[in-house]
Amino acid sequence: MIREFASADVFYLLLAARWTIGLALVAAIGGGLLGLLIALARILPFAPLNWLAIGYINIIQGTPLLGQLFVFFFGLPLLGFPVGAWTAAAISLSLYASAFLGEIWRGALQSVAKRQWEAGAALGLTYRQRFTHVVIPQAVRISIAPTVGFLVQLVKNTSLTALIGFVELTRASQIITAATFAPLTVYLTAAAIYFVICFTLSQLSRVLERRLHGAR
Amino acid sequence: MALVRMEGVVKRFGALEVLKSIDLSVEPGEIVAVIGRSGSGKSTMLRCVNGLEPVQEGLIEVAGINVTAPGADLNALRARVGMVFQSFNLFPHLNVERNIMLALKLVRKTPKAEAQDIAVRMLEKVGLGDKRLAYPDELSGGQQQRVAIARSLAMEPTLMLFDEITSALDPELVGDVLRVLEGLAGEGMTMMLVTHEMSFARNVADRLVFMHEGRIHEDGPARETLTDPQTAELQSFLNAVLH
Repeated sequence: MIREFASADVFYLLLAARWTIGLALVAAIGGGLLGLLIALARILPFAPLNWLAIGYINIIQGTPLLGQLFVFFFGLPLLGFPVGAWTAAAISLSLYASAFLGEIWRGALQSVAKRQWEAGAALGLTYRQRFTHVVIPQAVRISIAPTVGFLVQLVKNTSLTALIGFVELTRASQIITAATFAPLTVYLTAAAIYFVICFTLSQLSRVLERRLHGAR
Repeated sequence: MALVRMEGVVKRFGALEVLKSIDLSVEPGEIVAVIGRSGSGKSTMLRCVNGLEPVQEGLIEVAGINVTAPGADLNALRARVGMVFQSFNLFPHLNVERNIMLALKLVRKTPKAEAQDIAVRMLEKVGLGDKRLAYPDELSGGQQQRVAIARSLAMEPTLMLFDEITSALDPELVGDVLRVLEGLAGEGMTMMLVTHEMSFARNVADRLVFMHEGRIHEDGPARETLTDPQTAELQSFLNAVLH
């Protein structure tokens, strides 16, 4: 039976948005940690490690996220590792994020001028000290905007997990739409919730950038 | 004993031979101006002295440390050999004082309060006592370059290398930087400077080294060599820069 779209549905969407945020958070943290390793593997002067990282990045960036989701959701059980939608989504979004964040951070690290490395070397700083005290602080500032930009994409991309049945904001919208047959209202509400999440993130980036610029 | 000793130093970038058998000794307290056309190898030679550029052949010894030996402790050497670059290369994320304190704290393990005292003293020495808390991008080129000098001096170097440090400056700012160098000369600091400031080379340097196509082409007392060049190459170089 078709019913009216009611405030209880908005509440249901808001509850589902928790999973959107939760999944994005897990992917950002997991992808961030792995991304750091990827960035390092890309720039450390050891060729096999560089190739490995480049190969990994190409595979992840060159295939659709949806395909990756399917690989983990349907593939892992075939290999004898039964996974739920949440686990499959968390794994694939983390890997997805790691490739992009790794490249963003690699770029930021490499965009710090070679002269800065040299200035550190000329003062007798070890390689590690140059990296941690001269290069990383500058790279962090450079990478804030693109990092947050990617995280906004990540939040929106969590919607793909609806296709493997993970109930987050988009999947919840589908369910309510089926019951109320008011797709426009439902999806506009969902869009508004996505907007609030993403807008908050980009504002956060502004504040962060301004604060770091204050401290250079 | 010579503070810097270079013997048969050869430096190649791929197939390009930039330094072709350089022999040079610098005595403590000596001020050596290195001049030459762009591409003659003068900056590269300077960068070899503190091991920023590895060399392919020959021996470089600085303050008794063999720079060219495999596994040489270059960081220990560089902590005693100051180098100032054409493009200042201050750390943009640190204010002036912390630019100076960084290596003191990390390399020399100087306690913070003491490092701060040193920073203040060095800044006063280069005439920038009031810029302690400024960030590099708030300073003029000349001021940045003086901070870079102060940053090197804070490490109490036994040798200072200056790589065209006034070349990127507006003409009216060059004087302030050169005055700092003159002060250092007066204190007996050993210096090697790659420079295009001929009058400075003439008046302040003890010795002039003219490089041409990767070789030391002339080497002699600064004033005499500039007044009375022995080779046609130096003569034509001087004609080109003095007019």
